[in-house]
Amino acid sequence: MTRVLPGTVLRALLLAALAFAIVGPLANLVLWSFAERWYFPFKLPVTWGLRYWEVVFRPTGVAMASLATSISIALLTVAVALAVSVPAGYALARLRLPFRAVIMIVFLLPQAFPGVAIYINVARIFYGLGLAGTIAGVVIVHAAHALVYSVWITSAAFAAVDRDLELAARNIGASPARTFFTVTLPLAAPGIIASAIFVFLESLDEFTGTFFVGVPNVSTLPLLLYSASMGGNYQIASITALILLLPSILFMLFVERFLKADVLSKIGR
Amino acid sequence: MSSQRLFGLLLVTPALALVTALFLVPLGYSVLSAFTHADGSIGLANFAKAFELYSGDIAYTIFIVVTSTALTGLVAIAIAGYLTMGETSWLVTGLAWLYRWPLFIPFIVAAQCMRTFLAKNGLANNTLVASGLIDAADTVSLLDWRGVIITFVWKQAPFVALLLAGAMASIDRATIEAARNLGARRLRCLIEIVLPQVAPTLMVALILSFVTTLSVLSVPLMVAGSQPTMLTVDMAFRINAYGDYPVANALGVVSYLMTAVVAWFYLRTALRERET
Repeated sequence: MTRVLPGTVLRALLLAALAFAIVGPLANLVLWSFAERWYFPFKLPVTWGLRYWEVVFRPTGVAMASLATSISIALLTVAVALAVSVPAGYALARLRLPFRAVIMIVFLLPQAFPGVAIYINVARIFYGLGLAGTIAGVVIVHAAHALVYSVWITSAAFAAVDRDLELAARNIGASPARTFFTVTLPLAAPGIIASAIFVFLESLDEFTGTFFVGVPNVSTLPLLLYSASMGGNYQIASITALILLLPSILFMLFVERFLKADVLSKIGR
Repeated sequence: MSSQRLFGLLLVTPALALVTALFLVPLGYSVLSAFTHADGSIGLANFAKAFELYSGDIAYTIFIVVTSTALTGLVAIAIAGYLTMGETSWLVTGLAWLYRWPLFIPFIVAAQCMRTFLAKNGLANNTLVASGLIDAADTVSLLDWRGVIITFVWKQAPFVALLLAGAMASIDRATIEAARNLGARRLRCLIEIVLPQVAPTLMVALILSFVTTLSVLSVPLMVAGSQPTMLTVDMAFRINAYGDYPVANALGVVSYLMTAVVAWFYLRTALRERET
């Protein structure tokens, strides 16, 4: 007993320290969101309250406008990404393609290069085309960046569909198009939905691209968070951060429901 | 070319066009701009100016990214190693539940968290003071290079640990059991038996983490002051304050080169793996 007990206490302390390191920064965010007044040297907010939540969620406020912009951009990004990725994913999974490996790598490149250097030039090109500071410009920037998720995951989803089921449909007289829309696509749907969620979150959380391409007209939640934080308004910044956090955490809890092992094992192949 | 191949290429074309227009073209543009002088001639003057103004920040960026990646690796090995070889079941369960939380948190949210958490009057200092570990007079703000590194490790270690724990779970348990039966301590077993088997996974995860931290703009902007700072912030400043594309793009090419160095390591590992 005398030998076991210190070990257990030490382990518990270690776990507590780790829990503090992981949850502490998030706890600080929550504290700030309920702090109406908080200044040095007070360890905790001087006045607690919901005032800033009311400011953020006021229907006519800047935050709700940014939220609406963010969600519209994310939904449009999903539409654009899926429109090009479903055909591409199908071709990569099912058809014999020349340079298949190279094509797969090309979709990874936007994630593998330092983004700032690319975005400053995209913004410069967009000025010439009249796309700078427009929703459309931001949407295609987000879509190109997220293509690696949508193409790789939809391709894995199509690869995981049992070929025999497609052949059975063809044998009983279904056309290739009908087979695709009634057999292959529905069976691949959970994987495609998973890729759509990835793209949605990638767009919702995107900061750097919007920072260069969206200014000065497009203000998304991450841009609002940034300007509120740099302006010293930690309450608005923290509440905005919490709004951005919610979908990410929900996704982490439910990702396995959409992304089954059979699809996961085929990603990137 | 068979009709199936042609149809396949047709299906891939829209997606490739999107990447070409929004990545390959701007990439080419940035390299071209970096080597082109104001009078249209080709040369290295933009790089000379970039080094003259920002050599300190280039060194600082390398220091931050390399240190963050190394610490991320150590923390991830500790987490994944304990998840695989830990013998206290409640600690393994607790750790498995805890460590993933930062995984999907956006960098900008992580930056805002740390901006408050690591401040002089933040929750980190206040908790250390309240628990008697440090004196209230000794608290310092960690919102400088330390804060940037802490934020990167906080955000990236779960990602590397997740990949590493997956790789560790799939190695042959018999080798671990054999070493344990011969009396090897767990730490030695982890270093000499388990780590060599998951080294390729660790390598890939750390390379991805390296490139990610090299690209982030929000964390150095929000967590640390402006001098010294990382190349991403310098590029943004060069554009927003001066509209100076040539020097900003020269810095961009420097960051591509940093990526190229780790990509070379990756390719070398990948090729070696294929040979065996």
